[in-house]
Amino acid sequence: MARRLLFEHINVPGINTFDVYRQQGGYRAVERALKSLSPDDVVEEVKKSGLRGRGGAGFPTGMKWSFLAKPEGVPRYLVCNADESEPGTFKDRYLMTHIPHLLIEGMIVSSYALGANTSYIYVRGEMMPQIRILEKAIAEAKAAGFLGKNILGSGFDLELYVQPGGGAYICGEETALLESLEGKRGNPRIKPPFPAVSGLYGCPTVVNNVESIAAVVPIVNEGGDEYAKIGIGRSTGTKLISASGNINKPGVYEIELGVSVEDFIYSDEYCGGIANGKRLKAVVAGGSSVPILPANLILKTVNGENRLMTYESLSDGGFATGTMLGSGGFVVLDEDACIVRNTWNFSRFYHHESCGQCSPCREGTGWMEKVLHRLEYGHGTMSDIDLLVDVAKKIEGNTICPLGDAAAWPVASAIRHFRDEFEWHVTHPQEAQKGNYGLAHYADPLPAIAATV
Amino acid sequence: MSDKVKVTIDGISVEVEPGTTILNAARQIGGEIVPPAMCYYSKLQGSGGKCRTCLVKVSKGSEKDPRPMPKLVASCRTTVMDGMEVENITSPEVVEARKGVVEMLLINHPLDCPVCDQAGECSLQDLGFEHGAAQTRYEFDRRTFERIDIGDKIQLHMNRCILCYRCTYVADQITDNRVHGVLGRGDHAEISTYIEQAIDNDFSGNVIDVCPVGALTDKTFRFKNRVWFTKPVDAHRDCPTCSGKVTLWYKGEEVIRVTARKDEYNEVEEFICNTCRFDKKNTSDWVIEGPRAIANTSVISSNHYETLKPLPVIQQNPALMAANKEEFERTKKS
Ligand SMILES: Cc1cc2nc3c(=O)[nH]c(=O)nc-3n(C[C@H](O)[C@H](O)[C@H](O)COP(=O)(O)O)c2cc1C
Ligand code: SF4
Ligand code: SF4
Ligand code: FES
Repeated sequence: MARRLLFEHINVPGINTFDVYRQQGGYRAVERALKSLSPDDVVEEVKKSGLRGRGGAGFPTGMKWSFLAKPEGVPRYLVCNADESEPGTFKDRYLMTHIPHLLIEGMIVSSYALGANTSYIYVRGEMMPQIRILEKAIAEAKAAGFLGKNILGSGFDLELYVQPGGGAYICGEETALLESLEGKRGNPRIKPPFPAVSGLYGCPTVVNNVESIAAVVPIVNEGGDEYAKIGIGRSTGTKLISASGNINKPGVYEIELGVSVEDFIYSDEYCGGIANGKRLKAVVAGGSSVPILPANLILKTVNGENRLMTYESLSDGGFATGTMLGSGGFVVLDEDACIVRNTWNFSRFYHHESCGQCSPCREGTGWMEKVLHRLEYGHGTMSDIDLLVDVAKKIEGNTICPLGDAAAWPVASAIRHFRDEFEWHVTHPQEAQKGNYGLAHYADPLPAIAATV
Repeated sequence: MSDKVKVTIDGISVEVEPGTTILNAARQIGGEIVPPAMCYYSKLQGSGGKCRTCLVKVSKGSEKDPRPMPKLVASCRTTVMDGMEVENITSPEVVEARKGVVEMLLINHPLDCPVCDQAGECSLQDLGFEHGAAQTRYEFDRRTFERIDIGDKIQLHMNRCILCYRCTYVADQITDNRVHGVLGRGDHAEISTYIEQAIDNDFSGNVIDVCPVGALTDKTFRFKNRVWFTKPVDAHRDCPTCSGKVTLWYKGEEVIRVTARKDEYNEVEEFICNTCRFDKKNTSDWVIEGPRAIANTSVISSNHYETLKPLPVIQQNPALMAANKEEFERTKKS
């Protein structure tokens, strides 16, 4: 059984309440940090742990914290990004629902490390139950003296607020989130300046994902070095994976980074194999924004090695043959899934969610959506496929925030790996309405390496 | 000079103050190496970064860190570093990317130039002419909106809007209470005033001048004439609200439009008030200064100086006559 750091006690009845959480050793990290560590010591532990941001980009958390500007007399803020809206990702919601005090505890320790006396948890607007749960947890923690003035007699003050989000995917982008938190329209800001220098209300700010902040708790409890022993290379610790799609056991799993993709899909500890005895066709490994891979490439890299659930292994091969760990939204598609339809569905999402500031993203997402719709419904032409590649290329890298890239990559990768299925929709429009292209060669063993040199 | 930084754009070097953007450095050099800017507006704080027409390639980051920047950058929002080298029109990659942006800007644009009041002084028309393809690859219905009157003097033709946000910055920064902004997201976002509230403010008319396309137009000028049949003349008056420095657009002896004075980048020199813009349309309201210099590549100049028969207002003034003669000679030479 793999080690679980965040979800060790998730099945203890009542773990959502302060008392049970405390009995299971909760809030030890606050005691340890406030009583025996300096803020810089905490930052140092997080650096040593090798923890990388769990919100999608995988930026080392300790390094992000050490970049925080500390001008005299200016407040600093910690903002927790709980806007979780990426299709295929639902781990933060699960954590907040079942073990909210883990997040509160992480917020206290992290705020202490950063010198923030006011911190915010920005929760996706649709997650009203979770907002209530967090508010209750904050009240309990406050009543027990873990929030408010002079926490545990340490002289450290912290007020923690929950802010319901505006209900837009884009508000999960950190600078759009800050705009929204300030009460404005959630348009991403142009960087620089980065939030570490000028964030919330123009003050130095750190924005971290729910899971990143929760992971600070075991790091402080056990020490950064211990945490770093789990995992492989620069992918340390454990990661929450939201597993969904055509699998026997969808759900949120805490894995040790380094599990093989094959084990993750087929072992009974995790997904339990493909549902209904079907065969695996494709996987979107890290949430809708990352490139989709066919069965053969998700299980093995082009070099014939087993692909592992780590930042490095999933991105092995770059855009040509790799993908990304992203936010850990693991969507499994079986042989009956239609890649064109799936791609159209994703692009519909990005078209709907683009904030509309940058011309390439505003116009390009709608354009791709319309062309994909036409292909899916049997009215496409061969030139549409190249058109999509071209439009995706013109969006990618030409926008203010990464949503443009996130909209372009799924389309570009689907065509890169499943071009014959797109072409089949053009050549067999009637059949494509009734049936599916099926598994085709997408699970065939990869050709020997020689072919790729 | 030591505190200035040196930047080279398309092989031409210039020394600028630290903190200058690549776009403004390019404007200091001038000429065709200046990237087109559809959303940036030097007089509007926070503008820029959105339209992406000003993309350039940074082939050398700086003297200290010569690595090139991995992606094309928006020149209007990227500041120069000492020793930076930038490619604009000398980079095929930039030209190609800009073409892509122009295509994006045009897919939902109505292409109704023949009936659009902005035609002839529209930045998108110029850009489309320079970079656009002859044919569109977009085969879907364009998004459409109803026309909206913003007060009795300004009309919003949302179909033509490129969401550059300039007008919202005017509403934010020039006028004191904001009733004008962006609603909705993505390609369904629209410029709006809540419940079509009229913008009732002395300076609201400036949204017309900052709009790079024909989305916000002057209702008092609507369909009166094509700009290239009109003659621009600089004039001023003693105005209690603004500087009173304007351009009058004449058709025959009639002032059919008043605008702020625009520079070569289509930016106004100074914002003007609504009284000057909408209510002072008699020559007698103004002190005439001289013909407005218009780039000789502009269609507006095509009709002006081909004969030495200037406007009656000019004929009465020897200095203006001399200036008019000079323009005439210049036009003939080129
Ligand atoms: C369009 C878009 C949506 C995003 N949504 C989320 C989100 O819902 N939750 C999240 O934690 N990060 C999201 N991010 C990433 C954040 O911008 C930011 O990188 C992250 O919150 C940083 O936290 P971390 O370093 O702990 O990962 C999003 C980014 C983009 C571009
Ligand atoms: S890339 Fe898209 S979502 Fe991001 S700022 Fe630009 S238009 Fe908005
Ligand atoms: S109405 Fe004109 S100025 Fe306003 S955003 Fe649209 S194009 Fe820009
Ligand atoms: S002018 Fe620079 S992005 Fe629009």
